[in-house]
Order: sequence, then C-alpha cells, then structure tokens
Amino acid sequence: MSEMTQPAERGFSLQSLTRNRAFWPIFALLLILLGNRLIAPDFFNIEVVEGRIFGSLIVILIRGAPVVLLSIGMTLVIATKGIDLSVGAVIAISGAVAAVLVSTTDINPILAILISIGVGALCGLWNGILVAYFNIQPIVATLILMVSGRGIAQLITNGQIAIFNDETLAFVGTGVIAGIQFPIYICIAVFVIVMLLVRRTAIGLLIESVGANDRASYYAGIKAAQIKLFAYVASGICAALAGLILTADIKGADANNAGLWLELDAILAVVIGGTSLDGGRFFLGLSVIGALIIQSVETGILQSGLPPTFNLVVKAIVILIVLLLQSDVVRRWISNSVNRLRGQMRGQTA
Amino acid sequence: MKSRIFPLIATIVVFILLYMIGWQRFPAFGTTRVVLNILTDKSFLGVAAVGMTFVILSGGIDLSVGSIIAFTSIFCALLIKDVGVHPLGAFAIALALGAAFGGAMGAIIHYLKIPPFIVTLAGMFLARGCAFLLSEASVPIEHPFYSDISGMYYVFEDKGRLTFVATLFVIVLLVGLIIAHFTRFGRNVYALGGDKNSALLLGVPIARTTIGVYMLSSVLATLAGIIYSLYTRSGYPLATVGLELDAITAVVIGGTLLTGGVGYMAGTLVGVLILGVIQTYINFDGGLNSWWTKIVIGALLFVFIALQKVLSSGRPVFKLPSLKR
Repeated sequence: MSEMTQPAERGFSLQSLTRNRAFWPIFALLLILLGNRLIAPDFFNIEVVEGRIFGSLIVILIRGAPVVLLSIGMTLVIATKGIDLSVGAVIAISGAVAAVLVSTTDINPILAILISIGVGALCGLWNGILVAYFNIQPIVATLILMVSGRGIAQLITNGQIAIFNDETLAFVGTGVIAGIQFPIYICIAVFVIVMLLVRRTAIGLLIESVGANDRASYYAGIKAAQIKLFAYVASGICAALAGLILTADIKGADANNAGLWLELDAILAVVIGGTSLDGGRFFLGLSVIGALIIQSVETGILQSGLPPTFNLVVKAIVILIVLLLQSDVVRRWISNSVNRLRGQMRGQTA
Repeated sequence: MKSRIFPLIATIVVFILLYMIGWQRFPAFGTTRVVLNILTDKSFLGVAAVGMTFVILSGGIDLSVGSIIAFTSIFCALLIKDVGVHPLGAFAIALALGAAFGGAMGAIIHYLKIPPFIVTLAGMFLARGCAFLLSEASVPIEHPFYSDISGMYYVFEDKGRLTFVATLFVIVLLVGLIIAHFTRFGRNVYALGGDKNSALLLGVPIARTTIGVYMLSSVLATLAGIIYSLYTRSGYPLATVGLELDAITAVVIGGTLLTGGVGYMAGTLVGVLILGVIQTYINFDGGLNSWWTKIVIGALLFVFIALQKVLSSGRPVFKLPSLKR
C-alpha cells in the first residue's frame, strides 16, 4: 500500500525492494554465502564425483535438512500463536523407535519408518490436545514433552546408543538418487506438500485466522481447536522425519544428544524468516531460508578454519544482526537515514 | 485471591507427600542431611530460579541463565588462576559484567521489540560461546579463599551440613521474596506481567522494569555461577547445559504462571526442593535409572498444570491473554 503513495521512481526502486518481506532474509542469506565465498574460494564449486554431486552448497542443504523440516512444522505451529519446544525430544524418540525396531526385531524397515513417523504424529497429537482442548499455554504444554521426552527415548533405547545395520533405514540419511542425497528429497517433498496444503486449500487461511484471534475465529465458525491440532501433529511428523534423517545418518540413535537444542534453531529460523511469534501471517518459504541461513553460518565457520570454539559466538552475533535488520525500529532508522542521504544528494545536484 | 494461592498450597502438599514417600522407603530422609544436601546441591539452580521467577512474573522468559553460569565459572577461574585477582575482586567484575549483559538483553527486548525468547536465546549462544573462547577444558581453582569458604559450614547433631552456598541460596531467596512482594519494583513486575497495556496506562515505568528484570536475572545467574565455582572449585565451559529448563520447571511447579503476573517466590523454593527430592529418591534407589528423573519431572509438570487448569476454570486470573474480553 505504501508503494501506491510513493512517487514512482524510474525503473528499479530500492525502496520498494527493501519493503518486500522476502528481501531481508534472502539478502542476509546471500550476504552470508558471499562471506563464505570470501573465506573459502571454492565455496560455490559444485562437482560430480562418482555419480554424486559435491560442493559446499550441497553440504548446507544436506546438513540443514533436519532444521529445514523442523522449521516447516514450527512455522505452522507459530502461525497459530503457539510454539513447539518438544521437537528436539521428538527427534530423540522417533530415532530411538526406528533404531530399536530394526535392530531388535525382524520388522520390515519401511514399516519401522512408518511406525516412527506415527510416533512423531502421536507426540504432536499429545501437544495439540493439551494446547487446543485443555487450553494450556503452548510453551508449557510442549515443555512437558521437552523435559520428559529424552527420558522416554532413553527408556526405549535402554540408556544405550541403539546401533543398527539396516541399509533401508540408513538410506533415509545417506541414500543417493540421481546424484542428490535423500534428505534433500524429503525436504522438498514435505515443503511442496505443506505448501500445497496451506496455499491451495483453506487450511493456510484458517491457520492465520486462528493465530490472529482464536476466539474471533471460533465465533466465525472455524474449528480453532482442530486447526491447532493439525499444526502440532504436522510439527510432530516433521520432527519424526528429522529424527529419522539424523538417526539414519549415524546408523544409531543417541537418546541424549540427537536433535539437542534443534528446537531453538527451528524457532530462530522461523523468526528470521519474518513470521511473528504473535501468530497470524506466516511465511513457509522464508522459514526455510531462515534455516538455511543458520546452516550457512555453521558451515561457513567450519570451513573458515576458525577453531570450532568460535562457532557459538559467531552464530550469536550473526543472529543478532539478522534480528536487528528485522526489527521495525532499526529498519525505520535505516530507511530514514537513507532518505535523508538521498535528500542531501538531491539538494547537491539541484 | 484464593485461587491464586492454591497452586502454592498444592505444591507444598505434593512436596510433603513426596518427602513422606521417600522417608517411608529410606529412613535417611528423616535426617537433616538429606534436606541440607538438597539445598547445597540445588543452590545454584535455586539462585537462578529466583531470577527466573522475576522474569516469568514479568511475562518474559530467560533462556541464557545456564550459559551465564558456565561463563561466570570459567571467567572467575581464569581471573583467579591466570591474572591473580583475588576471588572477591573476580566476583565483583563478573557481577558487573552480568548486570551489563542482562541490561543489554532487557534493552533490546524493550526498545527493539524483539521477543524475549529470541533475545535471551541469542544471549544463551553468546554467553556459552564466550565461555568456550575462554577455555575449552575445566579449570580447577586452588585458592585459600575457596578452601576457607568450603570450610565454613554448620554441622547439625545428625551430621547434616549447612554449607555456605546453601545459606547463600536461602538468603537470596529471602531477598527475592522481599523484592517481589514488598517493594515498588516487585509490584511493577507483577503489573507488567499481568497486563502490559494497563501497566503502561497506570504509569508503571515499563522500560525501567523490563531492563531491571533481565538485569536482575543475569546478576542472579552470575551469582549462581559464583556459587557453582565455589561448590565445584572449578570453572567449566560445558557446565549447567539446559539449567534454564530446570529453573523454568521449578518456577512452574512452584505455581507461577508462565503468562506472567501470578505466582509466589516461596513456590519457587518448593519447586526447587521437589526437583531435589525426586533426584535424591532416584539416587537412593539403585534400581531406577537416571532417565526416570526426567520422566517423573515431566509427569509432575503435567499434573501441576492440569491441576491449575481444573481449579481455575472460568476465573479471569488464569485466562490466556489471547482470550481477553
């Protein structure tokens, strides 16, 4: 709407570009990728070795797959004005279920994977019921599973790291189809399915409505509780998929450390993508960009040869800068100073 | 008013019940040793939980406390060992640093309107990262002052030890209680957590209170780090990972609502003690694995929240902010 009131500038307008919601996250991602390129000259190189595509950009996609998946589910939850702290614990549980099933029983690995996803959905259902039907604050409701979930996962693996040798399950994490690793396919498939669901059916609109005002939505005839339930179950399924990838990658389920603190990365990815923690409008694609930003920072630090001890500090600083760029106050300040600069320049040329 | 105090009473009843169960199976629960051990063992968690109570009462959250404890412990250890500063000097520097850190987080939260969850998350990464930068390994502290402190304790007749750090925890809790319930700042915190817009209209200094709350939480987390370093006589960058979660759990079990504005400081003490009793019981019972601690605490969390819900249905005090009339 602001574009209407602004006098149209000739051709390319920086202002309308910076006003676009997608601009800042993508700008930040490009900046970080460029920074990585400066650190490691072969950063953008992509080559095919023995039928596999290799390159730092691909590494970011593969390593970032779990957080990308989590951020997709988390976006839906946050859009309903909720939050899901339990996804890290669900990763541990689903990984433990799959690993224990294939290593101790003769079950078909595909069935084991489906059961593991089902368990993730069940965890989401539990969260969803607490939030939607018991009206418990999302942060508390999901805290319960966050606290107890790792205990449950340890119960399943009996406190050991459950190791397995099943090729089918391992394929989820390390398999290659047409030169590209399987986790990337999972991410694309989940993204497309969720995108179709929320943008080609009414669910997306209903989620935004519930997130903006659940009582008003309820009075308008929307089954707010069911919409919330849907979001939490989706988040649980995404977490289970992430858990399968992480477990398959190392051929073992570590109940203590699998997916540790990934819920924080996922929430961060959503916020970097511009979805407000207050619910309402949500931006799935930008959440994925947010997840890729986080992964690019991590990969960049690893490649830069900086000691890994710098990892967290650099991550914190980058996050702060991205968040500052997102903040309305800072943005207004920047656009004001840009305008003033432009005014001065005009004054000089006139 | 009754509905507000009920969660606190329920918490106390559950604590007594749990303690009785423990006493019944292990007669050692009847000695002062168990209680005083819990107080000593949970002293740094308790001090951090006092700060967390203020933050949660104000309607915020602070995820950085565990990292601040680790940073403080390693920071003090290096100052004492490598720079040769007297421990008290090191503590003073650490506390000042903690206050600045918390104040900065509070300022970002208030002025830039970024959610506390995200700001303190970045703070958590930053503090933990700085701890790693200082040292990757555990650094032992050997200073006569530390030996003096660990020599300061009062022994009860049945050999229970009231240690210095446990006393410090109790003092911090009492001070926290007074600040929360008997000072203007405390009332402002409750008002801010109850309804930010009303608080603003009533003339509550929102900016000062927000910044003050996070500053207080970080200072107390730093103090908890000092207690950690006194208790373990070392600094360790990987210490207390996830302690903020325990602190939040203790506060919630203590009957404080995460929506802010409702709760009692005394509940936090009971919440910390409940966590301690569960852990002690599982330690005493050789047959139970450590992961039962997590499951039991999670179950307890659920029971408490369900209880609060059932008891409060229909009362405005407990309504979600999104459902305001």
